Amino acid sequence: MKTRVHLNGAWREDDVEPRLLLVHYLREVAGLTGTHIGCETSICGACTVLLNGEAVKSCTLFAVQADGAEITTIEGLATDGKLHPLQQGFWEEHGLQCGFCTPGMILASYQLLRRNPHPTQDEIRKGLEGNLCRCTGYQHIVKAVEWAAQKIGDPS
Amino acid sequence: MGTLLGERIKRKEDPRLIQGRGHYVDDVKLDGMLHMAFARSVHAHARLKSVNVSAARAHPGVVAAYTGADLKGKVGLVPCAAGMEGLKVPDHPCLAVDKVCYVGEPMAAVVARDRYVARDAADLIEIDYEPLPAVVDPEKALAAGSPLIHEKLGDNVAFVAKLEGGDWKSVEADKSLKVIKQRMINQRLAPVSMETRGVIASYSPGEDTLTVWSSTQIPHILKTQLSLMSGVDEARCRVIAPEVGGGFGSKLNVYGEEGVACFASKSLGKPVKWIEGRGENLVATIHGRDQINTVEIYAAPDGKVVGLKCWIIADLGAYHQLLTPAIPTLTALMIVGCYNTPNVFVETKGVFTNKMATDAYRGAGRPEATYIIERAMDLVAHELNLDPVDVREKNFPSSKEFPLSLVTGVTYDTANYQKTLKKVLRLAGYPSLRKEQERLRKKGRYLGIGLSTYVEICAMGPSSRMPAGGWEFGSVRVDPTGKVTVLSGTSPHGQGEETSFAQIVADGLGIPYDDVTVYHGDTFQVPIGIGTFGSRTTAVGGTAIYRAVEQLKKKMARIAAHKLGVKPGELEFKDGKVETADGQKSMTFVEVAGEAIFAKQLPPGIEPGLAEQCVFEPANYTFPFGAHVAVTEIDGETGEVRLRNYFAVDDCGRILNPMLVDGQIHGGLAQGIGQALWEEHVYDENGQLVTGTLMDYAVPKAFHFPWFETENTQTRTPVNPLGVKGVGEAGTIGSTPAVVNSVIDALSPFGVRHVDMPLKPEKIWKILKQHPGN
Repeated sequence: MKTRVHLNGAWREDDVEPRLLLVHYLREVAGLTGTHIGCETSICGACTVLLNGEAVKSCTLFAVQADGAEITTIEGLATDGKLHPLQQGFWEEHGLQCGFCTPGMILASYQLLRRNPHPTQDEIRKGLEGNLCRCTGYQHIVKAVEWAAQKIGDPS
Repeated sequence: MGTLLGERIKRKEDPRLIQGRGHYVDDVKLDGMLHMAFARSVHAHARLKSVNVSAARAHPGVVAAYTGADLKGKVGLVPCAAGMEGLKVPDHPCLAVDKVCYVGEPMAAVVARDRYVARDAADLIEIDYEPLPAVVDPEKALAAGSPLIHEKLGDNVAFVAKLEGGDWKSVEADKSLKVIKQRMINQRLAPVSMETRGVIASYSPGEDTLTVWSSTQIPHILKTQLSLMSGVDEARCRVIAPEVGGGFGSKLNVYGEEGVACFASKSLGKPVKWIEGRGENLVATIHGRDQINTVEIYAAPDGKVVGLKCWIIADLGAYHQLLTPAIPTLTALMIVGCYNTPNVFVETKGVFTNKMATDAYRGAGRPEATYIIERAMDLVAHELNLDPVDVREKNFPSSKEFPLSLVTGVTYDTANYQKTLKKVLRLAGYPSLRKEQERLRKKGRYLGIGLSTYVEICAMGPSSRMPAGGWEFGSVRVDPTGKVTVLSGTSPHGQGEETSFAQIVADGLGIPYDDVTVYHGDTFQVPIGIGTFGSRTTAVGGTAIYRAVEQLKKKMARIAAHKLGVKPGELEFKDGKVETADGQKSMTFVEVAGEAIFAKQLPPGIEPGLAEQCVFEPANYTFPFGAHVAVTEIDGETGEVRLRNYFAVDDCGRILNPMLVDGQIHGGLAQGIGQALWEEHVYDENGQLVTGTLMDYAVPKAFHFPWFETENTQTRTPVNPLGVKGVGEAGTIGSTPAVVNSVIDALSPFGVRHVDMPLKPEKIWKILKQHPGN
């Protein structure tokens, strides 16, 4: 089936199998391997991308369901070579170790901060309940999101 | 040394990872690459009457399908490296032949043009099973008349190991001693690295070379084993560990699927990729823990522990993976914990069951030891009506007694247990917590305060005690532009040693941190190595690099001294220069590199080039330690345990980068607390895995944890010149008993002295229900 998506700022069209998962489309067809697959049950959130600005788990959608949509993956988050404050925050605060959950964690945090620009630590922890990390114990992720929230609020 | 060591420095690894530009094994694509899927046993124990792959082979897009019979004699068995006296090692084929012994055991493989087709075709494989009674409970497996998992071995016992020392006759004769006995279960866990396993095998028929990308912690060991399994000369085998998305011990292994991938690639002359699904990961990647421990502790009325006996039944699962039987022996080795108990008896029985193999999972045998001894110390306090703090202090050796040789056969390097305990008690506000507890109890609220003072065994280790060598390789090279390349035989996968190794090198050479690049994980690039596990990477691998830097500096100093007309000993390395202390005679680092590499005027006896390497062999393990306090509150209505506070003071020796140490501790705590409260890998009585998805297996989430209050003490080890001990597993080892002790402490008004993990609400709720006073 023909599927057309606005992916990280550019339109592309591909002929895909109807059963092809969006995550496999992004990774195998579009070649964007920053979106990871960590489970098969929509639990871990490693495959989180932004679909029309909303964080979705791309292992739970078929590629054809994204037809006409705007998709942002981790590769599309930095602008003009400048890291997004969330990316910077994860770097500054050691919000990652193995890095496998990180793209999904960052994009889930992106939605979290859009909905709640000044979250408390508890709100960050609750807001990231759809994303698993096995390395960090989450504390530095909470700090990374706080760092980004502050940076976005006060870009200087 | 300079100023870089001990600094909080951001990671070199991160820029690629936060932009999704790293390459994990599934991100690697090769021309003509095929995809593999497995058919796995749905029975825990069954004879295979037939495995019919003809429908799969005929499926459009399928290139090949293999059964165990197809591989027999052509692919080596899955290896076990643990060499223990009297160990029974069952044949462990990559694909089952005649019989399956656990749910998830691979029986057949399909290779196809894409992963969807491979999966479709694997489902077309027809298996005719003759189910056999499953042996699930290790105690029943030991009973006479139990069905046998490996008939040839005669029984289900893989090994019995005894560790004994002291004077038990007098201990047992001393009737003043209180004997406290407790059975406790250390439940089976799943490691659950966020990246599952994955492998690409690429055999090149013309060159007769085999290149394997594997999500592994041990590329060099894997290379040797895959060479043996595939029959490709080891000199023509290359293993690459690309970005690895967590391991926690589960990738310290050699798996059958890797052997099959190599066989398939060799047969087909094309690259073959297999990426494990999460369901496969939970059922067929090694599990951790799974011991039944019965401890008997002999204590004087003042709380002094004089003897400890323990009977360990270790559920090994159906086959040995790389280190399966060795793991419970580490439990025995560390069973006395921080207390120099003079009389020890441990009997460890390794038992086969119809389950996936257990093996190294973060801590690997030491969390079990720490759980046993730290629960036991609390039982001593409870029985003798003493404060758990006092019992521990009573039994700590003084810091002056180190190095301390124990009856268990290990020598603890150095420690100050009193100091970490004092510090954590101050951090937690222990006396006021006790007062608060008393106050709340009067209101019918159950606050628990739990303590754990642990010691672990790290920096593995002296080669004499390790199955495949315990040394590590490091090299440092300077190129003509003055940029420095570091190679390590370790294989970090999230721990951050690209950063800490660069700190060691930049600090030693007095050059910018950004001028140092660290590589690891490719056996063609790094000639020899052991890998990353057992909290060894910095202590052993970092030391090899440190030593190589020292050698390099010696050489550079001689070259610069020759040029400058001074003595090598007068020269210092700092700010990108090699110069005399007064700065009068000076060359830039790059100039010295040029002198060495272009070799126009080298002093006599100096070889051209700047590339030094070191293989560091540690003389002993290291023994990090620490003290943790967990504060929990029980919900009287639901039985739910809320972890309210967590305080940890850890001593991992000298700290090179406090940010990385914090990260390791936090992650370790999450896994250790996870075991105490939520995680449990469950098989039913038929050997079916009940917790086979992440909807069922409880990996903790962010909201499960309070803010971890962590501090450190730094007791440098004399075992390596850096003074570092290792920190990868400390959090996991220390935290589990602290949390359980805390919950038991909360329940102590009900006379509860032990509850087995995980401490889920229903268990606690039942206990509260039995006490109508609640």
